[in-house]
Amino acid sequence: MDVGPGDRVAISLTVNGVQRDVEVETRRLLSDALRHDLGLTGTHVGCEHGVCGCCTVLVDDRPVRSCLMFAVQAAGHEVKTVEGLAGPDGELSPLQQAFKEHHGLQCGFCTPGFLMLASTFYERAGEMSDKEIREALGGQLCRCTGYVGIVNAVRAAGKSA
Amino acid sequence: MKPPPFAYHRPESREAVDRLLAELGDEAKILAGGQSLIPILNMRLSSPAHLIDINGLAGEAREPVHDDGAVRFGPLVRHADAEHGAHPLLDAAMEFVGHPAIRSRGTVVGSVAHADPAAELPAALLALAGEVRLRCANGSRTLSAHEFFVGALENACGGDEWVEEVSIPTAEEGTGYAVEEFARRHGDYAICGVMAAARTDSVRLVHFGIASLPIVTDVSADDDVRARVREALTDVEVADDLHGTERYRRHLAEVLGERAAARAAVRAV
Repeated sequence: MDVGPGDRVAISLTVNGVQRDVEVETRRLLSDALRHDLGLTGTHVGCEHGVCGCCTVLVDDRPVRSCLMFAVQAAGHEVKTVEGLAGPDGELSPLQQAFKEHHGLQCGFCTPGFLMLASTFYERAGEMSDKEIREALGGQLCRCTGYVGIVNAVRAAGKSA
Repeated sequence: MKPPPFAYHRPESREAVDRLLAELGDEAKILAGGQSLIPILNMRLSSPAHLIDINGLAGEAREPVHDDGAVRFGPLVRHADAEHGAHPLLDAAMEFVGHPAIRSRGTVVGSVAHADPAAELPAALLALAGEVRLRCANGSRTLSAHEFFVGALENACGGDEWVEEVSIPTAEEGTGYAVEEFARRHGDYAICGVMAAARTDSVRLVHFGIASLPIVTDVSADDDVRARVREALTDVEVADDLHGTERYRRHLAEVLGERAAARAAVRAV
């Protein structure tokens, strides 16, 4: 495939289990495609250079920073965003419920990234030390609650899993 | 904070990459995991006219391959697929390579090719006397890690060459390995880090994050490690920035060098 600068490409990807078709410039970041082209604004964009972790989503079940991937690279892959965590009736997932109960969020800006990353390992959190949980979450920045509530929430979610 | 426009190429074979690079040369950058390149593009520190995305290469191994006394990493082996079992030093080093979300995408070959002086894998490659195989339309050549790393973010690739494989010798029986690293946040770039590979009579230390290239120091069992590290760094221009002063980094280099040497030596038999 060869695409000129500024030209658009039609891609098809699966987002939260639904096939979505979208036309993007090749320089379109996955984070921007999710937010602006697909209207999924739950994925937040903080630093846009891979430091803050706010934009973390799952691609083929692995955590990925959506600001460090082009949308065109997600063609044919499965993306999961924070919108995919709750049940169809809006019932919170165990991880989301634990964040609510343990003061794992305040302003909520970093929360989608924390939730998506933690969703990949919280079921094992019961066997992890606080240090291991903190290191696993180390790529995410929170600037208001601090991390105690977040670590407690992940641990609690692991117990209920 | 958005990448500048570029022409996008997604070749399906290594030969097609060769042809594109022969045609485009320095105008093009290879996009593999993108975990260093895309931040650079987002911050507009670089605006290559062409990106050659190699993620569509067909038939590439997705995991390290063990053969013939070596562990080989093809261009699409991601950190997450090389975290366990490739080599004891890499097992220890990989947890320091970025964060989980970075390791999902970032590649071993890409990290080596990027040649960041604060990155773990170039230092590991030097500690293990690894090799780098470059290719272009006219053929391929293999360089030692020592020959490959030329300077900060600079490697020995010509304008039409790219890295098709990184390899390290299989772990030697009886050699002990250890990694020590200090960063402001676990997974961030090292303010100072050390790879250690120890035999019973000597240990090789490779310091990274402190100078424009990783610094290799061989220490014999009778030496005072801290004195040897101090001596090895005497003529080295050690980084001095807002993350750490030169004096602080020299101090870390000695302390972490001593710790890494001791931990590796315990495992050497």
